[in-house]
Order: sequence, then C-alpha cells, then structure tokens
Amino acid sequence: MTLQAASQGLTLADLVQQDRVHTSLYTDPALFEQEMDKVFSSTWVWVAHASEIPEAGSYKTTFVGRQPVVVVRDRKQQVHVLLNRCRHRAATVCEGHKGKTNSFVCPYHGWSYSLDGALRGVPSPESYGDLLDKADFPLIKLRVEEYAGMIFATFKDDIEPLVDYLGPAKKWMDLFMKQGGGFPVKVAGEHRFRFPGNWKIQLENTTDAYHFPLVHKSFLSSVDEQTEKMLDFVEGPGLVEDLGNGHSVMVMIPELVDLEANLDAPIPDRFAELAEELRKDYPEDQVRRIVRAVGGSGFNLNLFPNVACSMAFFRVLRPVSVTETEIHHAAIVMDGGPAAANQARLRLHEHFQGPMGFGTPDDAEAWDRVQRGSFAGTNQWIMLNRGLAKEVETPDGRRSDVSAETGMRAAYRQWKKLMTA
Amino acid sequence: MNIELLNQAAAFVSLEADLLDHSEYTEWLNLWEESGTYIVPIDPNTTDFANTLNYAHDDATMRRLRVERLTSGESVSTVPAPRTIRSLSRFRLLGDDGQAVTLRCTQILGEFRKDVLKHYTADVTFVLKRAGDSFRIQQKVVRLLNSTDALACIAYIP
Ligand code: FES
Ligand SMILES: [Fe+2]
Repeated sequence: MTLQAASQGLTLADLVQQDRVHTSLYTDPALFEQEMDKVFSSTWVWVAHASEIPEAGSYKTTFVGRQPVVVVRDRKQQVHVLLNRCRHRAATVCEGHKGKTNSFVCPYHGWSYSLDGALRGVPSPESYGDLLDKADFPLIKLRVEEYAGMIFATFKDDIEPLVDYLGPAKKWMDLFMKQGGGFPVKVAGEHRFRFPGNWKIQLENTTDAYHFPLVHKSFLSSVDEQTEKMLDFVEGPGLVEDLGNGHSVMVMIPELVDLEANLDAPIPDRFAELAEELRKDYPEDQVRRIVRAVGGSGFNLNLFPNVACSMAFFRVLRPVSVTETEIHHAAIVMDGGPAAANQARLRLHEHFQGPMGFGTPDDAEAWDRVQRGSFAGTNQWIMLNRGLAKEVETPDGRRSDVSAETGMRAAYRQWKKLMTA
Repeated sequence: MNIELLNQAAAFVSLEADLLDHSEYTEWLNLWEESGTYIVPIDPNTTDFANTLNYAHDDATMRRLRVERLTSGESVSTVPAPRTIRSLSRFRLLGDDGQAVTLRCTQILGEFRKDVLKHYTADVTFVLKRAGDSFRIQQKVVRLLNSTDALACIAYIP
C-alpha cells in the first residue's frame, strides 16, 4: 500500500518531526494497517489489571491491536494471553467481556482447550487417523509479563523484558497504586465508549493539560471552589516529562504525586462528610490516608501505546479503524476498603467519565472535531511545539511545563522508531 | 388490574418524557422528591446501584448540576444540543404499597445531533410517590438495552 503522503514526496520517516507530525497520521488507512503490525504486534500492549482476573479460571476478553485475545488465570495462578481463535477453523473460543470457566470449548465442532491453551479434546478423532497431534494445536500464546498488577502481552519473544520497557515509568506506576489507600487496587467496572477518530488523538490527550480549562469548563462549573482551584493547573507549577520508550507523565497537582505524603494536610471540604463517616470505623491516620486516596493521584501517566494511569482510573484505548477508536475508562476501588470510600470513588468516576459524564463527552467532541478537521489541508501538519522552548534534559528524559506537548513528542518519537524499524 | 391507577401513572411518566424532549428542565426537576435518585446503570442485572459503577447515579444536587451543564452552553458536546424524541409504552404496574407505585415501561428514544441519528431502547422503572392526586419521582432507573456495549456520548437526559 502506498502512503498518502508519498504524493507530497514524503517518506514514512518524514512524517514525524521534532515539533510536528503529518496530518496523514490521523487519516491514512495504509498507515493504520502498518501500525497494527509494527506498533501493536511489536511492543508490549496492556491487556488487563490483575484484579480483573482474580481467581483460577477467571478470564476477560480483549484485543491486542485488532486481534481478539483471552486473558485467563490458570489453576496454578499463571496468567495466559491466548489468541481467541480455535486452531481448527478459527471460531472464537470465548465470548463475553469477562467470566469464569474451567476450559474453552469451541462452539463449532467442539475442540476443547484447557486454561493454559493446551488442546485437550477433539470430538470423533478417528477420522484424523494419526494426522492430528494435539500437542501441535494449542491456542496461540502471547508472551505475558506483569508490573504493579498491570498485565502486558506481546507477540515478540525478542524484545526487552517489560520492566526494561517501562523504565522510569515504573516509579510512577508504584505511586499511582497508592490510591488503594492501604488496600489493594481493584478494577470495579468500566465505561466504554467509541469516538469517530484516530487512536493517536486520544493518546495525545492524556498529557494535554492545555485543553482542560476550555473543554472542561462545564465540569469545572459543577465542582466546589476548592476543587476548581486545584484543577486550575495550566499555568501552575506542574510538569510534563518524557520517560522514554514513548511513555510520559504529566503532573498537574504536585501536592498529590505521593498520596502517602502530607497526611497532615487539611482534609478538603468535599471529603469532610466522608472523613466523618470513616472515623466511626478507622483511626485518624488511616482515615486521612483513605480520604487522600479517594480523590486519586495528581498526575497522568501515559504508557505507550494503549494504557494510561490517569489520576483515578485506567484509560485504555483500542484502535478499531483509522477513524474509529474505542476507549475504556476502568474505575478503581480499594479492595476490601470501606464501602463509603469506594462509593465516593464510583460517584467521582461517574461525575467525569463515561458517555453521561460531565467531562468525557466534551473530550470526545473535541477529538471528533480534530478528526473532521484533519480531512482539510491534507498536506498540513499537526503542531506539537508547545513547551519546546523551555524543555530541559533530566535523568529520566526531557521535561517541560505542565501544558507542554512534551508527552506527545515522546509518543511520536516511539511511534517513528517502531514504524521505521 | 387497576386501570385507573395504571393510566394515572402512565400519564405522569408521559409528561416527564415530554418535558425532557422539550428541554423544560425546571419543570422536570420539580417532578422529583428531594431524596429521589435518577440512575442509568451499566450492569443489566444489578439492583445495588450505590456500590456499582453506573453511567449516571444522580441525587438532587447532581440532577440540578446535570441540567445546568446541558443548558449552560459551556459544554462543547451539548452545543448544538441534541434533539430527542422518545416514546413510552408497554406500561405495567409492578407494585403499590399505598405510599408509592412502581411502574415499568419501554422507552424508544431517537436522538439527532449534527449529522447523526441514533436510537436507544430502554426498560424504564419508576418508583412514584403519591402526592395529592399526582406523583413525585422517588426513583427512575433507565436500563439501556445496550448498556454493556461501547456507547457514544449521551448529551441529554435519557
Ligand atoms: S472451528 Fe473450532 S472446532 Fe471447528
Ligand atoms: Fe479532557
């Protein structure tokens, strides 16, 4: 397939420059096809949080790029990521978002597979004579590694271990998990929605502080004054840091980077009632720790290419086509934590996220507008030079102010590396 | 079957639907009990809405804020505002404890915004508290038929 930009005399490598990317990154179906192979089938892709498959036999279905997979925990607690495709004639062996099972039985001719993907049984095997060795036909397995409860999979056996891929992002993942407030972090449902636009438009947004006061004006009008002030961060002391390998962090609220620090800070008014409720069952230091965790972290961590630890939830993106993307916003609660605190977390999630939230629909509308506009001026560029003037080198990468486009530049640098590999 | 009560409850929820389709939100807010809850669940089977993630779980404050958001002009997804037309039918009284009546019906809703027409089908259950010769809404639960699917933005009140 030829690239759209080829007619403008551009090669793939020309499409990503230090301060801009070419518009065809949002619109070119040929690029999208290559991304499925060179990005999503060639790097670590997030598939699940460990709490989504808590027990032996628990599974969830998801996608690596466009390929349907099953994430399942076997009897020895080992997690497998299996292509959701029968080795006979390709039927999916598992449907539904999540559940619990003892095995995977193909509905078409009944081949059955164990939780680790091994082919166990084939109905009426006589017709095969000795042509079918079951050992040759397990469900196809991806490589799986886990850090801080986040499970990633890859088709590549020869790329670096997950921990090396994550690099400096790991310490931010550890900080993010402190919102368990002393309890394990648990995924408690998710909002799923689609928008008619390219996946990278959403990828950019996770480290885009610049849009917040404008796009989320109606949300800001719906919160109390203290919260509104806390979220007035665009000209504040926050930062964006490129963490390498396409990962980046945007710190909006520096006081809320470490949820176990500053426990003596006054409890915000909006949590006063919750704190009072918790005091019935918990000592003051624990009340403070839980209440501080309820509001979530003060940063967004973008993990290239498909997941983010975003203040108080996991943001997962799934490319559907060059102009369609599915997004999941997974809510987080404290596993075994106080019901009142978890209810507060769920209500906060509903307030901003999802198709009826006060925030997400406005993001989705803005991204829709980006996609529509990108069909005008097909030789134009997407400008990503904000914050470049003040960017400095750090031990972990490069850093600039909170509304810098440093995180986007980091993601596109990785995109280019993978696409031209 | 108490046809008169059924008709009375059906007429009340039809009024509610008409107010929402015509953006008469102040009147709509006035139909509610102060302690009432408006819920759009995700999980089709849950009844424990407080401990479950929903699309919407609104008390009086959140209902008021939702109306403000939809009418303020501050939200890019509500400008232009979507237009909706909904039709309620298949009314059934599920219960009546003397204080409140529980009514279930279908809701077929068409939504048009910019260049897209969408349809949402839902089962709606109302708990209607008797108030003089009318009712006030104690609970409204909108169970979208495709609640577990990936939805698009819903910039109105279903
Ligand atoms: S396709 Fe699965 S058993 Fe035939
Ligand atoms: Fe946003």
